[in-house]
Amino acid sequence: MRKQLAAGPYLIWMIGFTVIPLILIVYYGLTDASGAFTLNNVLAIMQPTRMNALFRSLKLSLICTAICLLLAYPLAMILKKMSHGGRSGLLIFIFILPMWMNFLLRTMAWQVILSRTGLINTLLSVLGLPPAKLINTNGAIVFGMVYNYLPFMVLPLYNVMVKISDDVIEAAHDLGAGWLQTFVHIILPLSVPGIISGITMVFVPALTTFVISDVLGGGMILLIGNVIEQEFTFTANWNLGSGLSLILMIFILISMFLIAKYDKEGNGTAF
Amino acid sequence: MQEPLIRLRNISKSFDGSVVLDDLNLDIKENEFVTLLGPSGCGKTTTLRILGGFTKPDSGQVFFDGEDITNLPPNKRQLNTVFQKYALFPHMNIEENIAFGLKIKGKSRDYIRDKIRYALKLVNLDGYEKRDVTSLSGGQQQRIAIARAIVNEPRVLLLDEPLGALDLKLRQDMQYELIRLKNELGITFVYVTHDQEESLTMSDTIVVMNQGYIQQMGTPQNIYNEPENAFVADFIGDSNIIDGIMIKDLLVEICGCRIPCVDSGFGTDQPVDVVIRPEDVELSTDPSNGFLSGRVTSLIFKGVHYEMEVMAGGFEWLVQSTLCYPVGSEVGIQVKPENIQIMKKPESADEKAVSADA
Repeated sequence: MRKQLAAGPYLIWMIGFTVIPLILIVYYGLTDASGAFTLNNVLAIMQPTRMNALFRSLKLSLICTAICLLLAYPLAMILKKMSHGGRSGLLIFIFILPMWMNFLLRTMAWQVILSRTGLINTLLSVLGLPPAKLINTNGAIVFGMVYNYLPFMVLPLYNVMVKISDDVIEAAHDLGAGWLQTFVHIILPLSVPGIISGITMVFVPALTTFVISDVLGGGMILLIGNVIEQEFTFTANWNLGSGLSLILMIFILISMFLIAKYDKEGNGTAF
Repeated sequence: MQEPLIRLRNISKSFDGSVVLDDLNLDIKENEFVTLLGPSGCGKTTTLRILGGFTKPDSGQVFFDGEDITNLPPNKRQLNTVFQKYALFPHMNIEENIAFGLKIKGKSRDYIRDKIRYALKLVNLDGYEKRDVTSLSGGQQQRIAIARAIVNEPRVLLLDEPLGALDLKLRQDMQYELIRLKNELGITFVYVTHDQEESLTMSDTIVVMNQGYIQQMGTPQNIYNEPENAFVADFIGDSNIIDGIMIKDLLVEICGCRIPCVDSGFGTDQPVDVVIRPEDVELSTDPSNGFLSGRVTSLIFKGVHYEMEVMAGGFEWLVQSTLCYPVGSEVGIQVKPENIQIMKKPESADEKAVSADA
């Protein structure tokens, strides 16, 4: 009984700030301005601009997730190696350090570095090279995403890596497996929970972001997040914004489903 | 004389500046059950890891069947290891675990299936193919780890304290299992343990190690009855180690009494360590019967025998006897000359390791 009481504040929080808003979004998304049921808000995604934004979002967040995975996996393996000497703490700290700064601030910093007269282009001109178009490109957005979300890939991967016992890896070598075979048959399968939760933790925020595309895309490149944001702020069409959010939610639900399926023991979650 | 299967030559290894192995030489014959015995930190596990290829020696060479394998990685060596904590692959079932080494070597499906069945029968776990690793007890997991190693038909099986995590009864059962397995397989076992009883039960040869040095190597009987130094005497079984003076050949002085012994060649008036096993100390109710008399200070019933402590001649004697002498009783102490073991006091560095506490 006492235990249930202790869950009280959390339950109130959940209901007040998660369940009710969710119900409101579903309500708005499935009704028109007069309150009558309609699917138009959801079907509005079919409009070419919005379709483009959705596909661009999917494309960029998938690229971002792939890059994060490719960067984080070897890093997590190095961290595992270093953890024997207890030296991994500092490296993890360095990777987490940017998260201490405001998200918007560090994204804006990249705007300055990448801009037409920014740090990189100034360096290029000093070297006598032509300026490069860096800001306001898909590349800049992906870069911003990777920069911001990489720690969310590193941590769950590192978490599963340190749990793979050295004995198991040595046993594989002992039984005749070379480095690559050990990686494919032992390390990779055992790190799947970390891969899955890392992917979800990077993919979901990357898919829904509108700040990164705003700052590094200069408002020229619309992601689905920007489209939804505009419906809420500029056109004040909450019904349409909610309807489009529901589409996004489907993709998020799919990734959540994947987590639940592969991460039953909960040993891949970072926090 | 048979050429040894494994030869370790001048192996040295240190970790972070502390020496673990110092110029170690060891020969292991084919089809032998060799136990590396010693307290933790004596270098026994490092020696095993060097054999398995998991640790590279700083200097020295490892020969296997006459071939230098010092720099050969573990996956290219004809030996398999049974790890202390089993190290089964948690994402595979029993069958997949055992098949791992054979699949890596590209054996046929039929061959692998027969091998699995054979190996499971050998470790008394037939029918466990499809079980999950985590559903097994510690003892069963260790059997699977052994099965996983032996299906590869290694010429040498390395076992790193494989019974360390098991409870006493299971450990004793597994000791007999291992002896049976070794006889059935006819391969060489190199076994690491800190349990002296375990080593006496199973081994053909015991290698007693301390602080990176081999203290003594020999048969269990040899190690127990003729310990070469105080460390071995103390580590293998209980013993009374008494400071003595070798007066001349066949005569030693302990606790102020000169008594006959069977050792010679120590010179005259040399300080020595005298080892007397507690079961070799004979008590009698008549204090005048024996070279020393003393008083019983403690008495414990141990099942097979009584264990007593007797204060006599300024030394606390450990005595094991089937007869009971109550606390406070005056007793006489007698030891047969052939049960007195004389050892030189340590002098050089490797001999110093002898006197260090286990």
